[in-house]
Amino acid sequence: MADPVVMVEHLEKRYGALVAVSDVSFQVQPGEIFGILGPNGSGKTTTVECLQGLRDFNGGSVRVLGFDPSRQANELRRHIGAQLQESALPDRMKVWEALQLFASLRPGGLAWESVMDEWGLADKRNAAFANLSGGQQQRLFVALALVNAPKVVFLDEMTTGLDPASRRVAWELIDRVREQGATVVMVTHFMDEAERLCDRVAVIHRHTVVAMGSPAGLVAELGGSGEVTFTTDDDVSFLRAVDGVQDVTREGRRASVTGTGPLLAYVAAALVARGIAPVDLEVRRASLEDVFLDLTDGNQ
Amino acid sequence: MRTAARLGWLEIKLLIREPLTLVFSLALPLIVLLILGGVFGNSASAPGQPVFYRGVGPMSYYVPAYLCLVIASVCVISIPTHIAGYRERGVLKRYRSASLGIWVIAGSELIVAFALSAASSVILLIAARLVYAFDAPSSPIGVVVIFCYLTVGFTAMGLLLGGLVPTARAAQAVGLLIWFVMLMVGGAGPPREVLTGAMGYVSNGTPLWYAVQIMHQPWLGLDPGTSWWVFTGAALISGGLALRFFRWE
Repeated sequence: MADPVVMVEHLEKRYGALVAVSDVSFQVQPGEIFGILGPNGSGKTTTVECLQGLRDFNGGSVRVLGFDPSRQANELRRHIGAQLQESALPDRMKVWEALQLFASLRPGGLAWESVMDEWGLADKRNAAFANLSGGQQQRLFVALALVNAPKVVFLDEMTTGLDPASRRVAWELIDRVREQGATVVMVTHFMDEAERLCDRVAVIHRHTVVAMGSPAGLVAELGGSGEVTFTTDDDVSFLRAVDGVQDVTREGRRASVTGTGPLLAYVAAALVARGIAPVDLEVRRASLEDVFLDLTDGNQ
Repeated sequence: MRTAARLGWLEIKLLIREPLTLVFSLALPLIVLLILGGVFGNSASAPGQPVFYRGVGPMSYYVPAYLCLVIASVCVISIPTHIAGYRERGVLKRYRSASLGIWVIAGSELIVAFALSAASSVILLIAARLVYAFDAPSSPIGVVVIFCYLTVGFTAMGLLLGGLVPTARAAQAVGLLIWFVMLMVGGAGPPREVLTGAMGYVSNGTPLWYAVQIMHQPWLGLDPGTSWWVFTGAALISGGLALRFFRWE
């Protein structure tokens, strides 16, 4: 496997006595879209800001593209793109001026005109930053993060403030960023976004990583039991012997099978093998959101 | 360097789009000129009378002093307010994450300070020429050189102030206060000869006082004494501290 693009080991960040990040470790592989999930104040933003060399940290080691952000922040920043959560541009700066300025910082980057078109900002070319809507400002920030053709892009709550349609557009564009060979590290609040985009996610809670893996893997591992229901007149107690099945119950004609793993596939196969083919086979699985809420005490 | 020039040019464009700031910077010294000039005229102290204005006519004294005042107003009020505002709103953080360094910020502020001070000075000189009689500079080239030198020095002080004040509002309040003190006792207001002992001490603490002495050298041929050393020292220390303690957020 290629060297990881991002390597974080035992990252610690304190503000005086206040712990912001504690013992956070993860790696991001080239070409991955890596998500950092967590409740407000859990340390997500602090973590990604440490990775970009925007914040000193108290302990642990961090490498991004082989650079140490605490000592080589300037070199590092030339190779990364960043969309920050709390930032702005001068009110009167126009869209094209911002793109041109940021593009000029790294010769050999993308043509800023094409990035402007791609992100749907062409018709706002001459609009001042202050006159853009929240969604347009957000798109401009992401465009600015991409305009120097970075190898790693850090996106901090990129789609916050975007309407649903713009979010979908943004997702497609992030997919395209990856296709162009960049690695993406994104902080997000939205579980659907993480499920749709991320190859792997780390869930941060109370300043440390409490779970890591692919969204589907986390759901399978931590989502608890799933439930398959269907209607039949046949006796289906044989399903108890199927892999992963924990229980089979009946309520009138309605059968309910609970269990873990790829439950629907196994149950369906076992039913079909016995010549039973219910037309209303349904599965209810935990979503990433359920897993997230469980992990972060949000369900209590 | 090219990035600083690009950002500086962009900042000048932004300034022109913010007419109120521009009017403030251009009009403030002009108002001072017209009022003080109207009050004092340009008669040198008569022989046998106490000597005011280093022995030259008030307007010959004031016009070069006002050029210094113009630079000071840009660097002590506008620059710190601008920097603090950018920091407050996250613009500096945005710039920093895009690998714009402190030197680029400092360079662009210097370009803006030059442009604004030069524009303001030209307006001031035209107004002064139209309304008052005063001595022409004995060395115009020397005046230009000193003007550039003082702009660099005051910009360093402005960067330090911008790094220290927490918010744009605070920057404006502190900047205006410093500027008014400089105006009143720093060599651009009542003549030094009438200041009381305590005011003299305060005067000695203002960079404007030394800047005025330095500017009087090419303009009136007067000896600046140790002013060069004091101003240069203050500028170097301010610049060093500004680079060292610049806060991005």
